[in-house]
Amino acid sequence: MEEWLYIQNEAAPALFRGFWVSVQLIIPSATLGLLLGILVGILRVFGNRAVSAAANLYVTLFRGIPLIVQLFVWYFGLPYWNIYLTPFTAAILGFSLCSAAYHSEYIRGALLSIKRGQMLAAHSLGFTRTQTIFSVILPQAMRRALPGCGNEIIYLIKYSSLAYMITCIELTGEGKILASDSFKFTEVFLLVGACYLVMTTLATLLLQALEARLRLPGFEHRSF
Amino acid sequence: MPESLLAVLDALPYLLEGSFITLVVVLGAMGFGFCLAVPLAVAQVYGPRWLRPLVALYVWFFRGIPLLVFLFLFYFGLCTALDINLSAFTVAVVVLGLISAAYQSQIFRGAIMSLPEGQLKAARALGMSDAKAILFIILPQALRLSIPGWSNEYSIILKDSAVTYALGVAEIMARTHFVATRTYQHMPLYAAAGAIFLVLTWLGIRGLRYLEEKVRIPGYSHHEF
Amino acid sequence: MEEPILKVEGIKKRYGKKEILRGTSLSIRRGELKILIGPSGAGKSTLLQCINFLVRPDAGRVWLEGKEIHHAQGRELHHYRQQVGMIFQDFNLFDHLTALRNVEIALVKVRRMSRNEAHDRAMAELERVGLGDHVQKYPAQLSGGQKQRVSIARALAMDPKVMLLDEPTSALDPELIGEVLAVIRDLGELGMTMLMATHQIAFAQALANEIVFMEDGLIVEAGPPEKIFGCAENERTREFCSKVMELYTDNR
Ligand SMILES: Nc1ncnc2c1ncn2[C@@H]1O[C@H](COP(=O)(O)OP(=O)(O)O)[C@@H](O)[C@H]1O
Ligand SMILES: [Mg+2]
Repeated sequence: MEEWLYIQNEAAPALFRGFWVSVQLIIPSATLGLLLGILVGILRVFGNRAVSAAANLYVTLFRGIPLIVQLFVWYFGLPYWNIYLTPFTAAILGFSLCSAAYHSEYIRGALLSIKRGQMLAAHSLGFTRTQTIFSVILPQAMRRALPGCGNEIIYLIKYSSLAYMITCIELTGEGKILASDSFKFTEVFLLVGACYLVMTTLATLLLQALEARLRLPGFEHRSF
Repeated sequence: MPESLLAVLDALPYLLEGSFITLVVVLGAMGFGFCLAVPLAVAQVYGPRWLRPLVALYVWFFRGIPLLVFLFLFYFGLCTALDINLSAFTVAVVVLGLISAAYQSQIFRGAIMSLPEGQLKAARALGMSDAKAILFIILPQALRLSIPGWSNEYSIILKDSAVTYALGVAEIMARTHFVATRTYQHMPLYAAAGAIFLVLTWLGIRGLRYLEEKVRIPGYSHHEF
Repeated sequence: MEEPILKVEGIKKRYGKKEILRGTSLSIRRGELKILIGPSGAGKSTLLQCINFLVRPDAGRVWLEGKEIHHAQGRELHHYRQQVGMIFQDFNLFDHLTALRNVEIALVKVRRMSRNEAHDRAMAELERVGLGDHVQKYPAQLSGGQKQRVSIARALAMDPKVMLLDEPTSALDPELIGEVLAVIRDLGELGMTMLMATHQIAFAQALANEIVFMEDGLIVEAGPPEKIFGCAENERTREFCSKVMELYTDNR
């Protein structure tokens, strides 16, 4: 009974607040990350040598360095050059840039898997290179990249908890505060975990539905 | 010499000590995860019907919740509730290992399922029990096929290990931040930490590629799964 | 008359709605070479795999040397399978082991022989099938014919009382078929009891004690080669035989 009152009166409102902040972190980061990832993927495949080398370097760095180090760079590091970001902005910047590097891997693989004939056919119809990329190659490649990119979004949902480490109080942060006040660590973090499970499971289901909707007959996914 | 470079050089031995702790955490977690993941994968593929959904449940649970939440849950929550006294280091290894087991089990499962059915049949036809067939025929092949997946898993755990800083494990990240807040040389120090992680990733991937080459079966082409 | 070494009775197997085996019975006497023919999909592989329970029959009984095998039990099943050698169409060599280790492994792990003993035995079997020079090669480094001979050596090393061979030459290039058939012929001459599914009609004609024609999960007709290939009673048997013979002569 006491537990229930605690959950109802204290835990639920705080966790809901945190949940909402998490959502506000995840949705823009996922969107920006995906868009930037597509751009980087395209540059890596179709860019000239210098551009694709630069894009590759970006991907190596952002995939190789732990996200938490990246977040610390944006939040604690930038002031070194007198640039001050709010925790929230730093988190979104960090998530988007890191996520984009991973997305670009899947998109690059997918772009490379599209048969050369598609490009030739489009050229023969008078498409420009850019038109071909955006209206012929990319729509096919995105379907192939979707499982990988979807996975990346699930990861992002979980990694959004790291925002707490740069003092952006989202779901995990609210949980930590609650638990430290009440000493109900197990209960609170189980609740927090349940919230994340709901998010990741929902996202998985949504992505599966999206994959099913975008499926083209005979255009099977091959692992690459 | 610029002040920033000096700060990094000063801190370097301290950070390298941290790399050692990071590596111990990572290898411990991967080893622990491996020991759990093999039976999980075998149970999911060959186990009794009632067991398979339980493995799937385990995987769903440990893949669906952030590492940081698990670290807090185990370190501040369960350890206190169950009155067991574990160091932050131990909790870090256990939690990373439990999560890694979920991922590794799916790597092994994919590898096991990619083996031709005839391998198990031939083993059975020779009078092997299923346990022997799995131990001597299936796993040696499946584990070889799992090395690329392992390489991936290594680089993920290596990066995730930095999160254990939240419990105060004295690994690279914790030490970097500690020095940074005292010297105010944040940027150069984070860059150094990043570089150390890149080197460790590279080393691990090279090591596993070497292992893969070393245990490669002559003439056998690894198909993807 | 001598008691059959292997007897199966009333084997039934269905996958979903489809009945693959509809109560098949047969028996083999010691030293006999019995050949199973029939169109693809007749259920030959399923029957052979049911005999040593690689596929669980839905009904039916199996006896080895007069002793009934109760296939539900683990230890008895494993013991039974050691006595029944199986050769697969696609070899199923263990891909991670050399030819030698392929032959050794069951000796060591199943029959609990010492490594040395197993080594000597495996070498002897591999030499017997003409592969003494290839023992350190991995399956992927062997030709199809060599692989199939390793798999025969692997089965022989277990001292089987009966061998089941499921189209042992179907996956081979024509020029490699001969070397495998020669090994099987030698085995027959040494008195090995064998039940073999094959489309090698000339081989069957020359060496089989009995030909069994199967179709749609039923044994249609059985008899000595002269009868089945010469004057079969059943219309379907005659049709099938003339078709295969035609194919075979074309291949020459
Ligand atoms: N595991 C299985 N599941 C469903 N159907 C099967 C399976 N194995 C064999 N069959 C079916 O059983 C029939 C007989 O197969 P098989 O015994 O391989 O015939 P044969 O060896 O005479 O060509 C075929 O129609 C085949 O499709
Ligand atoms: Mg067959």
